[in-house]
Amino acid sequence: MSKVLILGEHDGKTLNPATLKCVTCASAIPDAEITIVVLGSDTAAVAAQAAAIQGVHKVVRIDRPENAHPLAAVFAPQIVALAGGYSHVFGPSTSFGKDLTPRIAALLGVPQVSDLMAVEGAYRFRRPIYAGNAIITVEADPARKLVATVRVASFEAAPQGGTASIETLSQDVSLPTHTRYVGAKSGSTDRPDLQTAAKVVSGGRALASAENFKLLFSLADKMGAAVGASRAAVDAGYAANEMQVGQTGKIISPEIYIAIGISGAIQHLTGIKDARTIVAINKDAEAPIFEVADVGLVGDLFQIVPELERAI
Amino acid sequence: MQKIMVCIKRVVDYNVRVRVKPDASGVMLEGVKMSINPFDEIALEEALRIKERGSNAEVIAVSIGVADTQQQLRTALAMGADRAILVQTDVAIEPLVAAQTFLALAKKENPDLVLLGKQAIDDDANQTGQMLAAIWDRPQATYASKVEIDGGVATVTREVDAGLETIAVDLPAVVTVDLRLNEPRYVKLPDIMKAKKKPLDVTSLEALGISAGTLLKTVKTEPPASRQKGIMVKDVAELVDVLKKKGLI
Repeated sequence: MSKVLILGEHDGKTLNPATLKCVTCASAIPDAEITIVVLGSDTAAVAAQAAAIQGVHKVVRIDRPENAHPLAAVFAPQIVALAGGYSHVFGPSTSFGKDLTPRIAALLGVPQVSDLMAVEGAYRFRRPIYAGNAIITVEADPARKLVATVRVASFEAAPQGGTASIETLSQDVSLPTHTRYVGAKSGSTDRPDLQTAAKVVSGGRALASAENFKLLFSLADKMGAAVGASRAAVDAGYAANEMQVGQTGKIISPEIYIAIGISGAIQHLTGIKDARTIVAINKDAEAPIFEVADVGLVGDLFQIVPELERAI
Repeated sequence: MQKIMVCIKRVVDYNVRVRVKPDASGVMLEGVKMSINPFDEIALEEALRIKERGSNAEVIAVSIGVADTQQQLRTALAMGADRAILVQTDVAIEPLVAAQTFLALAKKENPDLVLLGKQAIDDDANQTGQMLAAIWDRPQATYASKVEIDGGVATVTREVDAGLETIAVDLPAVVTVDLRLNEPRYVKLPDIMKAKKKPLDVTSLEALGISAGTLLKTVKTEPPASRQKGIMVKDVAELVDVLKKKGLI
């Protein structure tokens, strides 16, 4: 039997949907028993949410004042102390998971498999390399613990309906003080979260200014969509960094992705490949985005976007 | 700040469209242009800027790879690194082994700061910096978009999913850099000439006491599933019609 420990991601109040996708990935391992661990200063609420996920056997809470913010150097030794009884440790391919899991793997002295996109066995997985231009099948040694991150765009969220037990763990692990949280600036909006939104409207360099991005925000609000951006638009200062979609930004899998004024560099396409339907609006009929789009419209975005907003 | 170590990886150039070999044994690398991993180039630029801001730290560029990796290290020297070290090997190196190798170099060189890219654009693993910090038992600050050094502390602004986060780490520390930290400088011809005279030491994994075992086996390499060819619509009315039929709006 495989015993899978999943690193639960949360903001203190709500469990991140990425955790539900990790559960679906772990459930694909034959005969897996799934435990979610949540670390925080008070994890009562998020532990209850984790326990309600179908397929979860147990939730482990580790509450300490030092865990108020997810610092990898602080979390990693606590996970390592817990990991003894598990064959697999999974984290999400989010900035939280990507920061933390390699630190755990290295402390355990085992390799990590990043961005699992398919499970072919307890120690056999598929993952993308070269910005998704190639997919490799990787086999790990069953004699070692397997640490991995889960490419959240590749899995559906696990359903509700679980009744896992919740265990509060108190550990005797000394924590480093060399890493300290200072503060955060979030671009929080009332719009859906880009990573998990069902609908995404996204803009590229052709928007030509931050001011013009308001056109997209307006369309997105009418549709109930999140707003994304290409790297070119973020680099130019038209959009915030957390809006970047692509190889080095967010990898997303919405039901509909509307790419507006985005030419479609391969690094961007790797972030949207799993979208159910891709719509491209671009004035250049030769733009590579049209090669992957399900529906394409050639024309001036400054006319099309307001017209589209009125028509919906 | 006395010394900054920058870890560099030789990768297929950003602009090359990588293709999978027909026998699924890997990707085609023959005759393909190779460059410094773009994120590592940003890391090197940041090291040079910290040096130029007045710390006057020595900047050491280090890499692990085939003999031709000297080309990328010469580029690093031309950008302004003071010296370079190549751990030469023909074996493919996994992130954990890379971290162990960089740790061996860090123990020799005792840098105050290790800078490297957040990921390499070939294997997209995003692991080496965090692993180095772990086994060095030092802090890590990943995905940096701003780095400020004050005495023995680095204050680093990180690009995270929710926006920006700032943490303070005691030095020595490992910082992995994100895209928007800086824009690397162009190399000028006189600098290329000067770089030829700068020291580039070549060592081996064995000399550093590293055994390069392969812990993960790549069974096959395949092209990604392609999307089906879509349709073109002529105007917004037709677009809305198609999307309504699909139940998307």
